[in-house]
Amino acid sequence: MGPLIPNDIIPMEWNSVIALIIGIFFGFILEASGFSSSRKLAGVFYGYDFAVLKVFFTAALVSVIGILYLDYLGYVDMSMLYVHPTYLWGAIIGGMIMGIGFVSAGFCPGTSLCAVAIGKIDAIVYVLGIMVGIFVFATFYDFFEPLYDGYNYGNITLMDSFNINPYWFVFLFTIAAVLIFAGADLIRKRVKKVFY
Amino acid sequence: MDKQNKHIYWNPYFGGFLLGLLIIATFYISGRGLGASGAMKSSVVSIVDNASHQYAEQSAFYSKYVDGDKSPMNTWLVYEALGVLIGAFISGGIAGRIGWRTQHSPKITRRRRLIFAILGGVLFGFGSQIARGCTSGAALSGMAVLSTGGFVTMLAIFGTAYLFAYFFRKNWI
Repeated sequence: MGPLIPNDIIPMEWNSVIALIIGIFFGFILEASGFSSSRKLAGVFYGYDFAVLKVFFTAALVSVIGILYLDYLGYVDMSMLYVHPTYLWGAIIGGMIMGIGFVSAGFCPGTSLCAVAIGKIDAIVYVLGIMVGIFVFATFYDFFEPLYDGYNYGNITLMDSFNINPYWFVFLFTIAAVLIFAGADLIRKRVKKVFY
Repeated sequence: MDKQNKHIYWNPYFGGFLLGLLIIATFYISGRGLGASGAMKSSVVSIVDNASHQYAEQSAFYSKYVDGDKSPMNTWLVYEALGVLIGAFISGGIAGRIGWRTQHSPKITRRRRLIFAILGGVLFGFGSQIARGCTSGAALSGMAVLSTGGFVTMLAIFGTAYLFAYFFRKNWI
């Protein structure tokens, strides 16, 4: 019955090793999909490369369907899984700032690590920038604390917020994703090609 | 191994599928999802703590992460991030993509690319703290368990990026 480590089926000491192994697969998959290239990543915002859209939503759908299915079969106790907490305005404003950072630099932390691993200097300075940004936040923490800690709704899910059936949501989400993927290919055919 | 190998990437649906399986496995084994910005936060905490432990203990932000006996770098995400570096290195190595370079559009200078990389990084690092996560941890892993905050963060990141894409177009196209 999963999750294995919180249920002590695998001892806690293995957590670090498992994290490392999972990270290796994560980095490999991202880099092999081309996410070590900032120009490829930025393509989704300009219509010349929709890899980000396809990888992101395929991964999100496969994982949510898989987790729901494992929960349904009784292999995983979904209530024991960590649900990212909802600090509403922190999520919105933090997300907006990240969005500008993403489109201006073409990286996010995970992909920048992949790019660092293959020797990209712009990724190295990006990571340094991230650390500076974190340092700035920490230095002015008292000023931002109300935004950071406010509007905390807890570890809520869409089912809690909107009273929807998760299976219906995932079904509709899947259909929407397929339509979006088709639309993306139509757009890419019409956009001027970029070589990178 | 010819030069052609360098830009051959996996089919995105295949990569996304494998990534989805990985996320399922991660939740199944560890009870949590992936992440990235948290590892960088731990690095900052560790550096500040080493520079001045007293400052770290008194600071409202750092004091949360500095413990007497346990190093701030001893977190799940730091090990995971280390793995990401290794995995990407292996993949890049197999494909022949390893080498020191600054990737930028031929229409801009290398210097401009590096300046935007740093500034974008500062913004992203700052925003990731306010949102308590990044695209991997908050958005992707959050969506996998249907977290409301995860979806909000995802929409905020990508929505804003699209809104501001026009202003940064010279960097890319």
